[in-house]
Amino acid sequence: MTLLDFRLIESDFIPMDGLVSHVGNTPLLPLRRVTRDLPAKTRVFAKAEWFNPGGSVKARPALNILHTAIANGDLGNGKRLLDSTSGNMGIAYATFGATLGISVTLAVPANASPERIMLLRALGAEVILTDPIEGSDGAILKARELAEENPGLYWYANQYNNPANWQAHYLSTGPEIAAQTNGQTTHFIAGLGTSGTLMGTGRYLREQLSGIKIIAFQPDASFHGLEGLKHMPSAIKPGIYDDSFADEQLTVKTEAAHEMARRLAREEGLFVGISAGAAAVAALEVASRLEEGVVVTVFPDAGYKYLSDKNLWEGK
Amino acid sequence: MTVLRIPTPLRAYTGGKSEVIVSGAYVLDTLTDLTSQYPAIKPHLFNESGELRPFVNLFVGESNIKDLQGVETPIKDGDRLMLIPSVAGGAYPHPSLLPKGEGTQTPFSFREKGRG
Repeated sequence: MTLLDFRLIESDFIPMDGLVSHVGNTPLLPLRRVTRDLPAKTRVFAKAEWFNPGGSVKARPALNILHTAIANGDLGNGKRLLDSTSGNMGIAYATFGATLGISVTLAVPANASPERIMLLRALGAEVILTDPIEGSDGAILKARELAEENPGLYWYANQYNNPANWQAHYLSTGPEIAAQTNGQTTHFIAGLGTSGTLMGTGRYLREQLSGIKIIAFQPDASFHGLEGLKHMPSAIKPGIYDDSFADEQLTVKTEAAHEMARRLAREEGLFVGISAGAAAVAALEVASRLEEGVVVTVFPDAGYKYLSDKNLWEGK
Repeated sequence: MTVLRIPTPLRAYTGGKSEVIVSGAYVLDTLTDLTSQYPAIKPHLFNESGELRPFVNLFVGESNIKDLQGVETPIKDGDRLMLIPSVAGGAYPHPSLLPKGEGTQTPFSFREKGRG
C-alpha cells in the first residue's frame, strides 16, 4: 500500500462545490453471501444510499425539492420550508436547508427517537412534536394546519405530492443504475413510502431498458415496524403514486426484514436500516424465481438510527 | 382497570375504538384481556409462539415497556397504557385527510382485511 503524495495534487485546485455536489452517484454493491443459494447467473445489487450527505436516499428528493422551490421563487424569499416527517426526509431537509440558508420547520410524531429529534435540532431545524398515537398522519395534519394558518411564513414542501420528489430519482437514481449495470438490469425493486424512488427510478428504467420489470413492495399489515414504508391500503395515498405503475406488488413482514438486516450486517458487512432489510427480502424473493438476471434494489439508509432497538440487533 | 389507547392502524380491530378498558396486574395480563375482547388484534401484537412482536411499542405512562420489565412490567391503578405505531408510514388515514367524496383510493380492498 502506498500513501497518497499530496504534493502531486495541483495546489490551486481546491474544490469549492460543497455538500450538494455529493448527492447521488452512490455505490452499487453486489450481495455476495445472502445470495449463495441463487443460480450463478442471477445477481443482486443494492444502491448504498447511506453514502449520500445526510446519510440516506432522501438527499435526492430533498435537494431537488429545495432547488425547484428556490428556482420557482417559493423559497429564498424569507419563507421557511415546512413539511411533516419522522425520519430521513427531515434530516435531509435540515442538512441542505442549513447548506443553502433556508430555515426549516418539521412536524414530527413525538415518538420519533430522541436521537432523531436531537439531530434535527442540531442541524438548526425547528421541530414541532405531534401526538404519537396519530402516527405520521398526525404530523401531516399539523403541517397542513400550520401552512394554512401562516401562508406568509411557510412554504409547504409536501413530499407526498411534490413531483420534484420522484423527478429527483428520474434524473439521478435511474440513470445511475442503468450506467452501473451497463444497461443489464432486468428487475428493479423498491419499497413504497412516498413512492418517489419507485416512480422516478422506475419510469426512467422502463423508458431506457426494454423488458425490465418494476416491482414494488410494502409492509404486510397496517401495524408494522418497517420505518419509512407505508402500508398503502391503510394509508393516505401519496399524490405522486400511481398504483398501476408497478408490474408486481410484494409484501414484507417486519420480522423478515429484521432478520435480513441482521444477516446483511453479519454476512455482508452491510450495517443497514430496517427498510434496507425489507428491500433485500423482496429482492431475494424475486431473484429466487429467476434462472438468470440482474436484480437491483435500493438500501435507503444505514443502521445507526436504529441502534437503540435492541430487539432488532440482538435477535437470532 | 386501565385505559389502553389504540393507534389508528389497530382501530380496525377494536371496532373503531381509540381507547379500550383492560384489567390486569401486569402488562401481559392487560394485553391478554385486550386480545380476549378483540381476538382479531392478536396476530398483530403476538407471534405464533405467543411472544410480543419485536416492533410493538407499548408505553406505560411515558415509558416504553422495553425500557422497563417488558410484558412483566407491573401496572398500577390509574396508569395509562398506549400502543404506538411505527414512526413513519402505515397509519390508518385520518378521516379529514381523505379526499372529499372519495373512500379508499387504494390498490387493495379494505373490506377483505376486515376493515369494513
